Amino acid sequence: MMFKRMPIGAAIGLFVTIVLLVVAVFAPWIAPYPGSRVLGGVWEPSSAQYWLGTDNLGRDLLSRMIYGARITVFIAVASTALAFTLGSILGFMAAVIGGWFDTIMSRFVDLLMSIPTLIFGLVVLSVLPSTIPILILVMGILDSTRVYRLSRAVAVDINVMDFVEAAKLRGEGTRWIIFREILPNALSPLVSELGLRFIYAVLFLSALSFLGLGVQPPDADWGGMVRENREGIVFGIPAALIPAGAIAALAISVNLVADWILNRTTDLKGGRGNA
Amino acid sequence: MPEDQIHLKGAPLLEIRNLKIEATVYPPDEDPHDITIVDGVSLTLHKGKVLGLIGESGAGKSTIGLSPMAYGRGGVRITGGEVIVNGRDILKGGNRKVRRLRGREVCYVAQSAAAAFNPAHRLMDQVVEATLKHGISSRREAEARAVELFRKLSLPDPENIGKRYPHQVSGGQLQRVMTAMALCSEPDLIIFDEPTTALDVTTQIDVLAAIKEAIAATGVAALYITHDLAVVAQVSDEIMVLRHGKTVEWGDTRQIIDQPRETYTQQLVAAHHVEHDEHAPEGTPLLSVKNITAAYGGGHINVLKNVTVDIRPGQTLAVVGESGSGKSTLARAITGLLPPKEGTITFDGRELPARLADRKREDLRELQMIYQMADVAMNPRQTVATIIGRPLEFYFNLPGAERDRRVNELLEKIEMGRGFADRYPAELSGGQKQRVCIARALAADPKLIICDEVTSALDPLVANGILKLLLELQKQEQVSYLFITHDIATVRAIADSIAVMYRGEVVRYGPKSKVLEPPYDDYTQLLLSSVPEMEIGWLEKAISGRRMAAAGN
Repeated sequence: MMFKRMPIGAAIGLFVTIVLLVVAVFAPWIAPYPGSRVLGGVWEPSSAQYWLGTDNLGRDLLSRMIYGARITVFIAVASTALAFTLGSILGFMAAVIGGWFDTIMSRFVDLLMSIPTLIFGLVVLSVLPSTIPILILVMGILDSTRVYRLSRAVAVDINVMDFVEAAKLRGEGTRWIIFREILPNALSPLVSELGLRFIYAVLFLSALSFLGLGVQPPDADWGGMVRENREGIVFGIPAALIPAGAIAALAISVNLVADWILNRTTDLKGGRGNA
Repeated sequence: MPEDQIHLKGAPLLEIRNLKIEATVYPPDEDPHDITIVDGVSLTLHKGKVLGLIGESGAGKSTIGLSPMAYGRGGVRITGGEVIVNGRDILKGGNRKVRRLRGREVCYVAQSAAAAFNPAHRLMDQVVEATLKHGISSRREAEARAVELFRKLSLPDPENIGKRYPHQVSGGQLQRVMTAMALCSEPDLIIFDEPTTALDVTTQIDVLAAIKEAIAATGVAALYITHDLAVVAQVSDEIMVLRHGKTVEWGDTRQIIDQPRETYTQQLVAAHHVEHDEHAPEGTPLLSVKNITAAYGGGHINVLKNVTVDIRPGQTLAVVGESGSGKSTLARAITGLLPPKEGTITFDGRELPARLADRKREDLRELQMIYQMADVAMNPRQTVATIIGRPLEFYFNLPGAERDRRVNELLEKIEMGRGFADRYPAELSGGQKQRVCIARALAADPKLIICDEVTSALDPLVANGILKLLLELQKQEQVSYLFITHDIATVRAIADSIAVMYRGEVVRYGPKSKVLEPPYDDYTQLLLSSVPEMEIGWLEKAISGRRMAAAGN
């Protein structure tokens, strides 16, 4: 029923997103070759043997793309999850508790947000080692400031509704008010924000890797693959454009799906939620 | 007979024949389809006459009211019938002709003047705008006429009030300025869409009198839309009762009020009869509020000044007053949401801590609250079973099956039945929502329930049902009510004692029969005399008998 009246754009977006997710999850079973083994010549054109050709070291580009999808999606998902857990819980707490907690948290978040994210990330990652857990942590914390802002704004509006007051008069604790009264009503804007934040995480990771501070060789995400193959463009070799196109495809399709979800759930009347 | 005279006597100014109005709804996950809002309504209105359109919310009265301007609000379409104004069908002829009609032949007075005026322009510019646009007169003439109308509508300082901005005058004044705006272009017909509903009772009467005088003085015809039969009885010559977009009864005002023919009209006329015997104030009070003084945000302006009231077990104390009198603040002080600066609250023999956070769970349980807007008082993402079941879980630790059994019991008690347990608030009607809120309060097995304007947002018949239910539950459960309202008729119906509040003070307090009996203090007299009664000629009597002017005037 939910998919019956789906616009064509959202349908394409959903299809591409699902395909990319399946590829990411089942990478070792799908990829024809191991991701980091040198198999042939440098930058061979596409052939029956190597569907997308080979990269700057002679590795199969398709296999690397598939493993790259796995790394890209995993880091983006993990950091988005971290950003949402951290940002929304702190944001809701700030709205419900208010007072000094709200002031301190909000000013701290303002401070973090006043520094450009990419520069902040570059500075932190040039000091700390670029391992995957640290990447996730840095990206998650930087992204959580945006989630904090949104969830605090939404929760402040809900917090003054009579049903929250009724819960307070009943004597309910902060935890019940946050998770049972506010969270279900804040879900729709948060879910669509989830999609957008995920895209930003993909783009952010790609930027970091392209600059050499993201995923370290021999593993590579799509941003790192653009970096590896960028010299080929001068010689008319499209190896760098394929991962770049994959980044764009993922970003656009997740965006289409997020838009569709937002459109479907803007009615705040409640009831049987569609989100 | 000369032709124009035949026109005056014979042909009506407005004639609506078989009006049909439809709208397309777009429910999620369903195909869009058309619903009929108004079906087969016909009416005629002669020059200088006033027709009252009355009905509950959703009866289609505003939709019909807008049809003489050939306007459908929010995607509503006029799909059938004829609307004849001054001898021509305005539904034919397109936008250009309609534009000549609106603001010149037919004008409109909205319910919320505060929302209808542009806050960025001075009142005078907005009052004369339509007159100038239609080229009826020069700016100077139009402004002179506006000042004359301001004077006729008894606005203060009529020469200069037009220089003010909308936020610089009170709500009652703004409503009268809007009436002046409608009258300024000398139209033949004015549509009043609930012009006094958003005003306090004491202000409503002034606006009502001003509108009535202006109609009489200018000889304009009017459609007067309201849900309050007593109000419409004061201003209109004829009344049409509407329900579900159809005409129920149409007749002379006197006939509708005194001899209603249809059952529905009879119910409307009799809406306020609730059986209740007053209890004498005896026994130790359940709740004693002593010398409470409170202010918001630690400020110096006291919203409550030295308030002292008592509530006896099983009885009802009604707190009445207009908006801003501090009656809801009193409720906040009692519940602990707003700790008072001074004074004590004694409940069931023990003194309650001032702050909500310091109160024991048992104190919270015994003191429940019901809100005015039932739709925002319930979490829209919880089912009725969760909403009613939570207090049972929270206060009594009832396990699943037993809790469900008790929820069903409570649903029976509020006359709804167990079928509603799985519904969400959005799937209930206004009256049902309020009933669920009552059940939630009852679930805690309280000794006192604070009812904050619980019937104000409801249609008269539905409100009546809620009041009867509350009284019935009081008999069964021996629960006390603190009933906050601005509606004296409700107070008459259900109170045992009454506290009249004015600007944060209790100006009159005692058993109902004493409070509602002369001699009155000036404010109580004003308040009591301002409540519209279903009696023709009441308005004039009330205005002449007043001793003090309304505050919001």
